[in-house]
Amino acid sequence: MLTRPDDGKLTFTYDGRAVRARTGDSIAAALLAAGIQVTRATPVSGASRGPYCMMGACFECLAVVDGRPSVQTCMTEVRDGMRVERQDGARGLAVGA
Amino acid sequence: MNADLIIVGGGPAGVSAAIEARARGLSVLLLDENAAPGGRIWQALEVRGAKDADDAAALDLLKAFRACGAAAHWGATVWTIEPDGVVYWSEAGASHSARGAKVLLATGTTERPVPIPGWTLPGVMTVGAAQIALKTGELVPAGQSWIAGQGPLVLLYAVQALRAGGRLAGILDLSDPAARWPALKHLPRALSAFRDLWKGVAWQREIARAGVPWIRASDLRAVGEGALREIAFRAGGETRCEPADLLLLHDGVIPSVQITRALFLEHEWSASQRSWRSVTDAWGVSSVPNILVAGDGAGIGGALAATCAGRIAALGAVCALGKIDVATRDTAAAPWRAAQARYNAVRPLLDTLYRPLPKQLDDATLVCRCEEVTAGQLRTAARIGALGMNQLKAFTRCGMGPCQGRMCGATAIEVMALARGVPVEQIEPLRTRFPTKPITLGEIAALTEDA
Repeated sequence: MLTRPDDGKLTFTYDGRAVRARTGDSIAAALLAAGIQVTRATPVSGASRGPYCMMGACFECLAVVDGRPSVQTCMTEVRDGMRVERQDGARGLAVGA
Repeated sequence: MNADLIIVGGGPAGVSAAIEARARGLSVLLLDENAAPGGRIWQALEVRGAKDADDAAALDLLKAFRACGAAAHWGATVWTIEPDGVVYWSEAGASHSARGAKVLLATGTTERPVPIPGWTLPGVMTVGAAQIALKTGELVPAGQSWIAGQGPLVLLYAVQALRAGGRLAGILDLSDPAARWPALKHLPRALSAFRDLWKGVAWQREIARAGVPWIRASDLRAVGEGALREIAFRAGGETRCEPADLLLLHDGVIPSVQITRALFLEHEWSASQRSWRSVTDAWGVSSVPNILVAGDGAGIGGALAATCAGRIAALGAVCALGKIDVATRDTAAAPWRAAQARYNAVRPLLDTLYRPLPKQLDDATLVCRCEEVTAGQLRTAARIGALGMNQLKAFTRCGMGPCQGRMCGATAIEVMALARGVPVEQIEPLRTRFPTKPITLGEIAALTEDA
């Protein structure tokens, strides 16, 4: 696993659970630091997936961020109070999403 | 917002090109998806600060870039480039466009995929990914963390992680021992880059001193239900299983061809690097005259070679736009060409020593992570008549997911070549399409004509 001694002063939630983050963290990095390796279930088989490349290439770390689906969490900086949720399958076609 | 030169990518090649172009009077717009300049190798370096002389030199370059007067947009994801030089990008939820008289693509590399059984399990990542987590968030490996694969980054990351207080359960060296002998003939030329070679030796010693087991292995599998639990591999004539909660894979890097392919630029197969790269002339000019390619995206040479390529491409653009004459261009480029040759000298040795791992995959191993297509399905498609990668996509959906072939393209073409019994370069490669990153209709609708 990946770890670090100081988890930072920001707080966001992942599926309702409070997660600490440092300023400048990507969401994916903060999740990994908290021991969370899964961000989504695949549309094809429902298999669990999580951050793999950390550079915006693999699209494995997609999650729902503040209600917006299919966000690349490795390319999105954490903000205090952000609401991150596991993405189940493909995104829907919600108006305004 | 138009510019003489639009640069896509703020890594070593991109920032070097920007500095040179600005110094010679061009207006420059640089677009990068990340939060700051530096690309992957110097990611977050401005925040981390310099730890050694190499970092310090890189930091000086980034400072020069910050001061050069280029308009830089961070968090800017380029999604379409038209051959006439109009570039579209998404930034903070809205799309923008600008036209460049010249467009320089400095989009670097992605890691070559290492498709092993179980490589999609959470807990399996790339070495590059862990290095980004280290550079940007000071995350270090602990618990049962393993590295597997080959190449200089394996050594570099292991050393960086250990120095930062990380712990590694072991390193599985998947390289082919037989590659050492053919690599020897490239050693004399590589000796001019003795500093790099010496670094490699010193890193290996440092890893050994830290007590990290270095195991020559093959037939690696990641095992677990829903997450990585253990790894299995062959070593010393027996099969071993070890508990694992993190497995970091690496097999070198390959040029990112996502945008260059979508632009229909001419590409060539590099036999030594087993990857496609765009064809460029001595000034980085692609088969489309106003589109330039520089840095690792045009063939792997490393960061310092990329800085030279960026300078050379910028000088070419400055001359083509009439700001300097040919003699001035050639004189200014000469020292960069000499340096580039020096940095590239070690490449044939590394390319031979770490030639990519063979792609003799089990039928059940996933090749396409997005659409969950196995090697067996690809072979079946080849058997029933799929000839090229685009037919393969139509038959199986391999390459059709959101990553658009970034994770499967390099593997699928090798599997296809083996299945059909033809060389890779004879197989029609995967055609990428704009938008090269998925964007919402809302973002396109919010396209603004920037003044």
